[in-house]
Amino acid sequence: MIRLDKVSRSFTVGDQQVTALRDIDLNIAAGDYVSIMGPSGSGKSTLLNLIGLLDRPSSGIYKLDGGNVTDLDDAQQAKVRSEKIGFVFQSFHLVPRLTAAMNIELPLILAGIPVTERKVRVEALLENYGLTDRADHRPDQLSGGQRQRVAIARATSMHPAVLLADEPTGNLDQATGREVISLLEQLTEQHVTLILVTHDPALGGRAKRQLHMVDGQIVSQTAS
Amino acid sequence: MLFPDLIRLTASSFLAYRMRSLLTGSGIAIGITAVILLTSIGEGLHQFVLSEFSQFGTNLIAIQPGKTQTQGGNVGIFGSSRPLSIEDAQALRHLPNIEHVNPSMQGNAEVRANGKTRRTTVYGAGHDFTKTFTLNVQSGSFLPDDDPTQARAFVVLGSKVRQELYAGQNPLGSYLSVGGQRYRVVGVMEPKGQILGFDMDDTVFIPAARALELFNRPGLMEIQVNYQAGADLDGVVRAITALLKERHGREDFTLIPQEKALEVLGSVLDVITFAVGALGGISLLVGGVGILTIMTMAVSERTAEIGLLRALGAREKQVLMLFLGEAILLSALGGLAGLLLGIGIAQGLHALIPALPVHTPWLFAVLAEFVAISIGLAAGVLPARRAARLDPVEALRTE
Ligand SMILES: Nc1ncnc2c1ncn2[C@@H]1O[C@H](COP(=O)(O)OP(=O)(O)OP(=O)(O)O)[C@@H](O)[C@H]1O
Ligand SMILES: [Mg+2]
Repeated sequence: MIRLDKVSRSFTVGDQQVTALRDIDLNIAAGDYVSIMGPSGSGKSTLLNLIGLLDRPSSGIYKLDGGNVTDLDDAQQAKVRSEKIGFVFQSFHLVPRLTAAMNIELPLILAGIPVTERKVRVEALLENYGLTDRADHRPDQLSGGQRQRVAIARATSMHPAVLLADEPTGNLDQATGREVISLLEQLTEQHVTLILVTHDPALGGRAKRQLHMVDGQIVSQTAS
Repeated sequence: MLFPDLIRLTASSFLAYRMRSLLTGSGIAIGITAVILLTSIGEGLHQFVLSEFSQFGTNLIAIQPGKTQTQGGNVGIFGSSRPLSIEDAQALRHLPNIEHVNPSMQGNAEVRANGKTRRTTVYGAGHDFTKTFTLNVQSGSFLPDDDPTQARAFVVLGSKVRQELYAGQNPLGSYLSVGGQRYRVVGVMEPKGQILGFDMDDTVFIPAARALELFNRPGLMEIQVNYQAGADLDGVVRAITALLKERHGREDFTLIPQEKALEVLGSVLDVITFAVGALGGISLLVGGVGILTIMTMAVSERTAEIGLLRALGAREKQVLMLFLGEAILLSALGGLAGLLLGIGIAQGLHALIPALPVHTPWLFAVLAEFVAISIGLAAGVLPARRAARLDPVEALRTE
């Protein structure tokens, strides 16, 4: 499903080269549940953004679903993001002036899905995530847990193959965090590939496969 | 992205920042209002004012006592200048190219008939008054061609005076008291309405010499001269000036040719038109800069949102469209408000002054809206391109 070959990513800051990822080799199969842990600045988010096609490697090859996606242009990248990838962020990233329902609808709108189908899908998602009576609420009228549920519903609205979650529990208390994780885990049962970045070893330990990163490299892998 | 969704999304940010959007749109609105007013009543106003001033014909010259000094005002009737006399008017009749001459004097007095009293304008005129001003008598005739210094006590009624004092009766031949003196009614004028605030219908016309006596004035207020169409105006002016100078011994009078007055009026109207046009142009410019500013602000404020949209699968072009759409929505709504305001003011003016022609051509309205939208487009391009070119990862990291 996801295959990285000697992928590196470096940034130029002033006249200095900062290497965020160094020669990463990584294979993730469809339906895998992978957690990425490691100290701050070790390159976890950079790796996730690369996989999510928000970024491009400085060198190396990235293959997704067998196709080479290393050098796609903007429109092609956007198409892949739209069809195959869902993002969940630490800070929820809901559009404050839109209702919960419309936030969930956003990827469908951008993809040009017809109105009638959108309605059906959004209603099912609201129902699924227990948000039906919150459909017309704006994000500032929702709790943190509800916001993240809206974000997850939004990430799954296009039925992506890969779900990328960058510290999705970072802004939540423990109990709510665990709820959110279990929602994400339910998705893996439907053959969604889940890649979860977390600082919490207890949460990361639940994944079938755990990657540990230090200084831009994957230093160890554990499987459970 | 479907078009209705583009509208829905852009409208959502418009509504979220209502106050800001209204202020920004108002610049465009004022500009379009000015443009619409110019096209709706600019030409009509021109025609209206000019026709108000020229309905007596353009071959008129007014002669007033006193000399207009270049730097001072008019020395006027009470100055040291000699008054214009009825004899002056008589003398002018014999000049070449002169068709009609009318001595004129105006004041207010009480008129009484049938036991009814009314305070009206009393206008002292000559026999040629109707010909000078191309006015018509409805019944009877105008004042006869008497020796102007010994004119008989005849009066011609304006239609309103006739209506008020002789409702349903024939006034011809009856007697009317003007300022306490008895006059015989010889004619009634056709209704004419107001001309530059002077109600021609609420007026009685008596011989100029008798008006001078009635108001106890030494000289006429004005002599109007009607010259032949096609005659050389400068030649006519020179001839009149020479004649009156000879009679008065010096140039203590002022000639005001209607044609010159119309020229001045025309250029005043041109200046007003230009000023309104300039105001409109400046407002549109300010509106455009306002949209540029507000969209630049919006892009900075909503950087994280832009990153999110990209993560959700938005192409650069879609982000561009969304922000461009907002700029255009602002200017289009501003333009629409301007259209409504402009047409509203124009129609309001028309209701107040029915004689003022008001016409907003559809093409101009569409064109004005098109201009507004173009301004939004031009002002929105830069910020929208900046939004589209943001690096999605960077954008997502800003809070
Ligand atoms: N746009 C950038 N410009 C310069 N350096 C960058 C940029 N993005 C990331 N980096 C650097 O790359 C390294 C990895 O950053 P990254 O955000 O991937 O870390 P992380 O593992 O997600 O950290 P955290 O746990 O704090 O989120 C860091 O040293 C960071 O400073
Ligand atoms: Mg990170």
